[in-house]
Amino acid sequence: MSKRRAGPIQSGLLILGAALAVAANAVPARAALGGDVTSVQADQLHVQGSLRTTVTSSYTVHQIQAATGTVVREYVSSSGKSAGKVFGIAWQGPWPPDIRQLLGSYFEQYVQAANVQGATRVGRRPLVIEQPGLVVQIGGHPRAFAGRAYVPEMLPTGVRTEDVQ
Amino acid sequence: MSSLRRFLAFILTFPVLVAFAFLTGCGGGSSSASNNTIVSSGNNVASISVNSGPTGNYANGGFVSITVCVPGTSSCQTVDDVLVDTGSSGLRILSSFSPGLPQQEASGDPVFECFPFESGYTWGPVQTADVEIAGEKASSVPVQLVGTNTAVPDGCLDFGLPSSNTLDSLGANGIFGVGLFAQDCGEYCVQVQTGNPNLYYQCASSPCQAIGESLAQQVPNPVTLFATDNNGVIIELPGVSGGEPSLSGSLVFGIGTQSNNALGAATVYTADSSGSFTTTYSGTPYSGSFIDSGSNGYFFPSTTIAECSDSSDAPGFYCPSTTENLSASNQGVNGSSGTVNFSVADASTLFDSNDYVFNDLGGPASGYFDWGLPFFYGRNVFTGIQSDSYPNGYWAY
Repeated sequence: MSKRRAGPIQSGLLILGAALAVAANAVPARAALGGDVTSVQADQLHVQGSLRTTVTSSYTVHQIQAATGTVVREYVSSSGKSAGKVFGIAWQGPWPPDIRQLLGSYFEQYVQAANVQGATRVGRRPLVIEQPGLVVQIGGHPRAFAGRAYVPEMLPTGVRTEDVQ
Repeated sequence: MSSLRRFLAFILTFPVLVAFAFLTGCGGGSSSASNNTIVSSGNNVASISVNSGPTGNYANGGFVSITVCVPGTSSCQTVDDVLVDTGSSGLRILSSFSPGLPQQEASGDPVFECFPFESGYTWGPVQTADVEIAGEKASSVPVQLVGTNTAVPDGCLDFGLPSSNTLDSLGANGIFGVGLFAQDCGEYCVQVQTGNPNLYYQCASSPCQAIGESLAQQVPNPVTLFATDNNGVIIELPGVSGGEPSLSGSLVFGIGTQSNNALGAATVYTADSSGSFTTTYSGTPYSGSFIDSGSNGYFFPSTTIAECSDSSDAPGFYCPSTTENLSASNQGVNGSSGTVNFSVADASTLFDSNDYVFNDLGGPASGYFDWGLPFFYGRNVFTGIQSDSYPNGYWAY
């Protein structure tokens, strides 16, 4: 099994992810998932997209649409201990968006899990990362990718995981 | 190879519990896999084999042999075990198989590509080859060579996908993308993206810099460059009952171009601009759905079917306690529709057998239905490349 783990490229990725996680902690506004509402504006600027906001009783959805057709929805909690924080992200577009930007401080954790999954099972299929503190799903096909990520413990009361999509 | 065998032995250390459901040939007015006729001869017919692949552990992978040559010469390399993929466009082969192909350049610098698949990205130079398969030939085709010492640029890593740049991680010696589109990327890649990651790069020195790549320069679906038989492909595989070690069938080039590739009574389902149609499952329509020979199972959302545990040998698949007999309906952009019956069994049990062909392998996906290779068993599936009549291509079966 160990022979199927990280080669030089993957190791580089992990180091890079760690460096970015540090950077994200130093500048919270760049972190989307787990970040506060200002990080949504950072993401909007990053992709130069238009923003549309939808308010529900327990969260607000900020939808960012880029000219390329990529749509990102960021879910910000309205109450509870995660009030004002991004607890979930969903996206779709012709190609995956900047996952490093969207996952922020969770990127390193995600990349480690994704590389383990990528190295241990052959065969093309969706990436499904389910850990106690982080769920990430990425799938689709060239010209139509979709995915979502959420932090289970940050979900507002009464919100189902299926609501993040 | 020996280490791969040991890996295989590892996943086979669980008790063999064969509990395959018998799939009766019931149709009920819907599309049901049974008794398809498979063409075996013709200059447009390549053999396709579903087996464990070059790494010895691939489930539901359909492979062909393809030959790449230095353009205009007889300096060629035949590459076996290239995965047939109707879900993407473009030929990608491991760089170790290159016969020394000429490099595509932009402003005098070598062009590289980062190509995202859902399970990982491929990174490597874009080079030019004559591509030969069966009696078909395409000249001076941009193809991607996978695996290189040139550092992966940050923009490629931003996709957040694992690396699929080695034999072990790719599970194949290459990917033969024979999908709906004439180019691998399309308009997205013509201009450099700001904010969203790019696919094409020029690599004069490290780090590589993102570039726009014209449609004419992009890695194309090689089928479009055949002299004839260039409007699509048919995958013809026999039906499967439960699991089998391997399976043989045909990859037929062209649709309605010869006596052996007529559309016949197949129903045409046209795709939207992203290469998707709508599949309705369990009452929910999923508009981003697709048919993809390069996916190795049925992948779809379910709130009721148990997922395999992360500690099992099948994480990311479904592991229902009893085989689920299910149905879903497909709807093309052109309005045509039809129901498909399918089954999903316990993937962990399937993987504990000596089989690599499973008609009942499935797993979770978020927000779409992916009809992978099991859908092709016992059913001739046409993939029509985009044209004036079908601007986004079509599937037919």
